[in-house]
Amino acid sequence: MNFPGMKSIYLFEMARFYRTISQSLFSPVLSTVLYFIVFGSAIGSRIQEVDGVSYGAFIVPGLIMLSVLTQSISNASFGIYFPKFLGSIYELHTAPISYLEIVIGYVGAAATKSIIIGLVILATASLFVPLHIQHFPAMIAFLVLTSISFSLFGFIIGLWSKNFEQLQLVPLLVITPLVFLGGSFYSISMLPPFWQTVTLFNPVVYLISGFRWSFYGTSDVSLGLSLAMIFLFLITCLGVIWWTFKTGFKIKD
Amino acid sequence: MSSIISVQDLSKEYDNGFKALKNINLEIEQGEVIALLGPNGAGKTTLISIICGLVSPTSGQVLVGGNNVIKDYRKARSMIGLVPQEIALEPFQSVMNGMKFTRGLFGKRPDAELMKDILMRLSLWDKRDAKTMELSGGMKRRVLIAKALCHEPAVLFLDEPTAGVDVELRKDMWAVIEQLKAEGVTIILTTHYIEEAEAIADRVGIIRKGDLLLVEQKETLMQRMGQRQMVIELSEPIIAIPKNLKPFNLEYSSEDLTLTYSYEASGERTGIASLFTELSNAKIILRDVQTHQSSLEDIFVDLIGDKS
Repeated sequence: MNFPGMKSIYLFEMARFYRTISQSLFSPVLSTVLYFIVFGSAIGSRIQEVDGVSYGAFIVPGLIMLSVLTQSISNASFGIYFPKFLGSIYELHTAPISYLEIVIGYVGAAATKSIIIGLVILATASLFVPLHIQHFPAMIAFLVLTSISFSLFGFIIGLWSKNFEQLQLVPLLVITPLVFLGGSFYSISMLPPFWQTVTLFNPVVYLISGFRWSFYGTSDVSLGLSLAMIFLFLITCLGVIWWTFKTGFKIKD
Repeated sequence: MSSIISVQDLSKEYDNGFKALKNINLEIEQGEVIALLGPNGAGKTTLISIICGLVSPTSGQVLVGGNNVIKDYRKARSMIGLVPQEIALEPFQSVMNGMKFTRGLFGKRPDAELMKDILMRLSLWDKRDAKTMELSGGMKRRVLIAKALCHEPAVLFLDEPTAGVDVELRKDMWAVIEQLKAEGVTIILTTHYIEEAEAIADRVGIIRKGDLLLVEQKETLMQRMGQRQMVIELSEPIIAIPKNLKPFNLEYSSEDLTLTYSYEASGERTGIASLFTELSNAKIILRDVQTHQSSLEDIFVDLIGDKS
């Protein structure tokens, strides 16, 4: 294994995170604060409790997931797309580094950033609502798994994108709606039966449900199903990346 | 000398049917400087892109230091440094951090002394902490060279290294190449500047439409294919070329008052002695005589012209 190579990519990507700290960290934190003000205070004052949890506390896992998912995708996709755009990706192709090591470097950095952002949002949320995490190790495991899975997904988007528009397309048109409709701000049991069934086709439901279970011990779907869906997504992303590199699709002439 | 790069039956055909390379065979010896000449789109960049790992070949194989560039890519690529044609640098990264990044990709830990040495040699030491976006075009090109050298490659590829740079920088780069050659680095450069190949290459390969037309020692090529011209300046104008001089196919310029005689430099008998005898017989008074060797450019134009 080329450990210095992986480390170089990882540190390079993390350097971008520190360089653009206001954009990387403060922006998602500010968004979360705004969500708390709008949803937690304005709407939450009328909803009171969901599944025995105050509304303000109920939306915390969903808000963290919202940022983790979008940040994982945008960081990983930008990380690999920008060298493509600049042309400096030639360095990766001509270096004695395997595709797996490249993925570990970029996805590892993107996931690290997401985990940091997730934890900062959690800390921010604790300033607004009293939080008690019932299954802390499970919460960390969900956070890490989700960050890695969606960073892999972002990496695929970055590899396949031909321009900045395509880079933004999936996060904007697919991920954000899925997160909003995935039970971030409500329990799916609050929906009519038909929409509950439709919602079950949204993979984000399982992420948020599992993550919320780690906080409050209650979930919309079973814990096993949530874990199975995350692993399925993770394996699918790994498979797509493996195929992309093996065939040289969108990478090599 | 032993081959450090062996290109065997290498072909590249793109999905649209365009054949960029047609059955190329090339042996490159350790420590030599070889220039690949050819017009735009000839296949020069495709060839070095395959050797460096940027493009996959359709058929054939390439060995670098005996290592297959696909099967043993780690060993093969460890030996190679590439300076690309386009300036492709992370704009917000400092020169030094960029070098550390590249060295890391090659599996090597930072070496402050080596980095300093490379940057000093390329007159970039003062700019080591500058972001690459703050540098001039010429400096950016030097940064690309610095990055290519920072993992101590045995083979350096320079793809059009002096395209669009000023004369001074071009000469600086040639000096750097000379120095690297003296250190034993094998250098392969693509260029369409004939004078560049003429100035720094040991051997010259000419590529056209995916075919490697020839690979020759530069001197051999110029000797074998080059023509010499002798320009004879006359003291007085002549009305016509005298009959006894007709066999020499002289060209007369009434404006410059010169007679031009072309002959094969490598020929056993150049005919110069006979020409002077006949000039004397024709009572033509000479003012000056100059000889001129065909340049690589003349040869290149002739060759490309012949093949087309």
